[in-house]
Amino acid sequence: MASEVSTALRFILNDEDVVLTHLRATETLLDFLRLNKGLRGSKEGCAEGDCGACTVLVGRLRGDRLVYETINACIAFVGSLHGTHVVTVEHLSPVNGPLHPVQQAMVDYHGSQCGFCTPGIVMSLYGLWMEEPQPGTAAIERALQGNLCRCTGYAPILCAARAISSYSQVEADPLVAERQAMRAQLRALNGPTVDIGEGKDRLIVPANVDDLAEIYAANPEATLVSGATDVGLWVTKFMRDIGPMIHIGHLEELHRIEEGQGALTLGAGVTYTEATGAIARHFPQLSELWDRIGGAQVRNAGTIGANVANGSPIGDTPPPLIVLGAHVVLRKGLERREVRLRDFFVAYGKQDRQPGEFVEKIIVPYLPVGERLACYKITKRRDEDISALCGAFRIFVNDDGDVGMVRIAFGGMAATPKRAKAVEAALLGRPWNSATVDAAMGAFGEDYQPISDMRASAQYRLLTAQNLLRRFYLESIGEGERLARAVA
Amino acid sequence: MNKMEVVTGKTGRLHEATPHDSAAKHVAGRADYVDDLTEPEGTLHAYLGVSGRAHAEIAALDLDAVRAAPDVVGVLTADDIPAENDISSVHKHDEPVFAQIHVEYWGQPLFAVIGTTREAARRASRLAKVEYRDLPHVGDVAAARAAGGTLVTEPMTLERGDVAAGLAASAHRIKAQVTIGGQEHFYLEGQVALAIPGEDDEVLIHVSSQHPTEIQVMVAQVLGVPHAAVTVNMRRMGGGFGGKETQGNLFAVVAALAAKRFNRAVKIRPDRDDDFQITGKRHDFVVDYEVGFNQDGRIQAVDATYAARAGYSADLSGPVTDRALFHADNAYWFPAVRVNSLPLKTNTQSNTAFRGFGGPQGILGCERWIEDVAYALGKDPLEIRRVNFYGTDRNNITPYHQTIEDNIIHRIVDELERSSDYQKRRSAVLAFNRTSRTLKRGIGLTPVKFGISFTATWHNQAGALVHVYRDGSVHLSHGGTEMGQGLHVKVAQVVAEAFGVPLERVKITASNTGKVPNTSATAASSGTDLNGMAALNAAEQIKARMHAHAARIYEVEPKDVVWEFGGIRAGKQFVPFDELATSCWMNRVQLSAAGFYATPKIHWDRASGRGHPFYYFAYGAACTEVTIDTLTGEYQMDRADVLEDVGHSLNPAIDLGQVEGGFIQGIGWLTSEELVWDEKGQLRTHAPSTYKIPLASDVPPIFNVKLAEWSVNKEPAIGRSKAVGEPPLCLAASVVEALGMAVASVADYKIAPRLDMPVTPERVLMGVERMKRERAG
Repeated sequence: MASEVSTALRFILNDEDVVLTHLRATETLLDFLRLNKGLRGSKEGCAEGDCGACTVLVGRLRGDRLVYETINACIAFVGSLHGTHVVTVEHLSPVNGPLHPVQQAMVDYHGSQCGFCTPGIVMSLYGLWMEEPQPGTAAIERALQGNLCRCTGYAPILCAARAISSYSQVEADPLVAERQAMRAQLRALNGPTVDIGEGKDRLIVPANVDDLAEIYAANPEATLVSGATDVGLWVTKFMRDIGPMIHIGHLEELHRIEEGQGALTLGAGVTYTEATGAIARHFPQLSELWDRIGGAQVRNAGTIGANVANGSPIGDTPPPLIVLGAHVVLRKGLERREVRLRDFFVAYGKQDRQPGEFVEKIIVPYLPVGERLACYKITKRRDEDISALCGAFRIFVNDDGDVGMVRIAFGGMAATPKRAKAVEAALLGRPWNSATVDAAMGAFGEDYQPISDMRASAQYRLLTAQNLLRRFYLESIGEGERLARAVA
Repeated sequence: MNKMEVVTGKTGRLHEATPHDSAAKHVAGRADYVDDLTEPEGTLHAYLGVSGRAHAEIAALDLDAVRAAPDVVGVLTADDIPAENDISSVHKHDEPVFAQIHVEYWGQPLFAVIGTTREAARRASRLAKVEYRDLPHVGDVAAARAAGGTLVTEPMTLERGDVAAGLAASAHRIKAQVTIGGQEHFYLEGQVALAIPGEDDEVLIHVSSQHPTEIQVMVAQVLGVPHAAVTVNMRRMGGGFGGKETQGNLFAVVAALAAKRFNRAVKIRPDRDDDFQITGKRHDFVVDYEVGFNQDGRIQAVDATYAARAGYSADLSGPVTDRALFHADNAYWFPAVRVNSLPLKTNTQSNTAFRGFGGPQGILGCERWIEDVAYALGKDPLEIRRVNFYGTDRNNITPYHQTIEDNIIHRIVDELERSSDYQKRRSAVLAFNRTSRTLKRGIGLTPVKFGISFTATWHNQAGALVHVYRDGSVHLSHGGTEMGQGLHVKVAQVVAEAFGVPLERVKITASNTGKVPNTSATAASSGTDLNGMAALNAAEQIKARMHAHAARIYEVEPKDVVWEFGGIRAGKQFVPFDELATSCWMNRVQLSAAGFYATPKIHWDRASGRGHPFYYFAYGAACTEVTIDTLTGEYQMDRADVLEDVGHSLNPAIDLGQVEGGFIQGIGWLTSEELVWDEKGQLRTHAPSTYKIPLASDVPPIFNVKLAEWSVNKEPAIGRSKAVGEPPLCLAASVVEALGMAVASVADYKIAPRLDMPVTPERVLMGVERMKRERAG
């Protein structure tokens, strides 16, 4: 254990310094805001990070940069906010004072009706405006993927979002103008490992990965929490006592992205948002999938490491990572080992991870030249939906036109993300043509016996999986046709 | 680029685009909802313990562990109810607060646990040991029919003409079935109530409700106290959509019961998943129909039965299924027609009001007949629609024998056909489908005629209370409730216009049963029609007194007192409104009035199926174009054009918002919003993670929404406007038809697509597969 330990959790809430020495490990930011601080502008709509009514901005130091991103306060634990600047809707305009440009645009374009989702939408648009003052429709829609509005039909909100910069320049915004000062304040909050409380209410915020490794090895019963986009629901929906809790989302070392010679290495704490650029550079075939994982708030908090470590059968990243031959680096104490991702998923809810061991990084080999990759996510609603099925395809067709190598993996088709080995066998070594594809489609039934549930029937899952192979084939010969949303 | 950007009028005059009165508070997070109110010291929290079976006898209910849980103050069961254990809004005594002998759906409340924190109560609610003796359960319409078809309330039949003869004489006949899914309201603010005990038998309740009077009545009934002892205060809801017409009763009653029992304020707010599990939704329907028609597409006779999943109790299923029948004609005249309703009892949540109140389901059934006729004859469905439209002075009698006096559907559809470029785009769609292998397109243009008034005639009344203070500021209360629809700003505009004062001089206040009694639900799109007129009536009473006073004090003839914006002109003298108010007070002129309104002209005899249930009709049309992927069933909306008749709009910004929002909510209902119960009868889609309402990226990238600016209500409704809440939702029928066309293209439009709703990607793909199979023979 690190020698120096702090017993206070510190962050800045709007313009107030918050110092907490007592705190339930499972306390959510939303409850803290509404019940402890009387800040009731942020609303609870679902308590599972899907509706966005509780959206707040969190400013975090990323190296030398201070980055403000939206998150869902309902599933964020207060413990995860150590060293951050939390900004709620109350911070945008003084009582009886002028409205913030984002707010004024929403009023002028009639962007609120019942008003309950509105504070969250204002925060999402505010976050977008700071990053992209003149956003196109696609960017606005992406920023609002995690915000449900049941009244307006969104059209006036989109109009408001486009108009914000005509009210004021983003440079004049206080959060932007005061970034320098806030950086210094946050830097001062960073210190030794924070360790508060005992037993179920013990909450640890390690100062670095070495501390984490040491603490977790000694306390393997603890729950590791990074973005809490799933773990948050264990508390808000299942009311599980998951303490002691170790927060890892803030650890700089786990946020490293190495774009190496042969592989992309993602620290386990890299969020979907942080990885967006590297994915677009090295795996542009995955960019559409990437934009359809959760909403912006979830992508800002959720991490690829946890998506893998969680082992859900419907996680979005495992299918493409499996076909790419990704490895996970697991660490316990000072020991590390590497496991192929496809071997990591043992059974439903069970992964090859020992007590006290955690995912440190994921190594994703680049796609060799000449190979083809695609990933298709199928959902009831295009955005912010959990996959009914998600298929990843990788193929190499040799000079003779035969399938020289093929990897296919699906989520949503079995109890774990799983390779389609029978289909692969039906394709391997055969000419890559329509007849081969037709013949191979029948093999899906050998690989998968999917279930019927609220997302899709078994019949639909199997049929669509087969058809996705056909889509992959058609795209490979330049005859693919895909839906394309016609927005700027 | 969307075309509905609205320039905001700053004056707030009647008929001008004026922002929602709470908009500045909404965006600042300073609009208070019930859960945002500062709780009284010592407020307790209630949580419901619910059934884990769809249908069972309760063999034993052991609550010891619940009582013993940390921070629990007490537990309430049916035994703790002082008077009636019933909250049936239609007084059928079929809706207990707490189940006692048996449970009739998964999620039915058994008890409430009261704790010092919400979390403590919620945790404890899961500790009950319940022993069930399982009974067979019926989950849906088919199962209910198979089990004998028990009804929760009396069915209805509407009939006109000789159906048997009409069918027999028709050149073609089609007999088929369509399923129309239910819908969860997904109001962003869930159910919530805060009860504060008062002296003696009194209790004050803050609740998110569209119907404060009914909350009052139900609380009084359960507590066994007079209505006068219960006061309900309701400032705003975070969305209602019908889901807070009766479904708030349970929560308010439990809070009130606990507040009186423990003599502390008590709040109750279920988690979203529990809200889904406990409360009723839009009725899903199975419509069996037979339609007879001629070669020109003219329908000769219709015989249809609308069977609905009512849930375990009647709730509003009677009037909802009635309204489905009232809209089974949509905009079409049928020479002979018979439609029946079957409100079937099922072991599911008790389905309830939802924007449209059965009307949209009635319309969707009817539009399916049109679609079938069009595919049978190989014609554009729009052509079939036109030949069947109601006439203006003939062919204008509805199945309920009301003569339509205000038909404008022809002009609405003609204008939309032109503005949407329907014919050219339909040709382009057909051309695209000839060459495109995987992607297929479809386009649909559907009309709507929607009847305005509560079909229970006595609900068509409203009250208002208006005070003018001596500084000239105005205090407005009325019987309607604000759920986001902009009712308050519209009624305030009416009052401001009446007095000739700027809108900001009119203070909008919470709906309160102590100020305006015996109110109707804010429902049936009638909020503005009813409460606007009642408020106007109150204002006119005060104005008359001020007018007489002005004539007296300024010594002019009453005819020479003229109301202008900002004050009155008495002869040559201009007197500002606030001065006149002060003068009235100094001279002991009453500046307060209670207003009242009862909708004229309407009557309805349910037993004979005849009458004039609707004061007028609102019309509209929409044209939607879609693209589907025939490999996966995924689809997207490419463009939608909407034209809606709101009469002479009181506030075009608010009305446009209702049209856009209603249309998109309808799109959600008919596409991605799917309710799924498992084989045990438990609802599996009970949160936004599993139940998918539209997102910003589901809005058609080209979305042209217009109000028919030339329309004026023929009836003297408030400002000659028309109701706007429900009709636009029905316009989403156009997306179903467009998706159907895209699917049907796979078999060269020779086979009617007959997609059930919601049209999920799965249903699209299965429709495509059916086309391939049947085409192959």
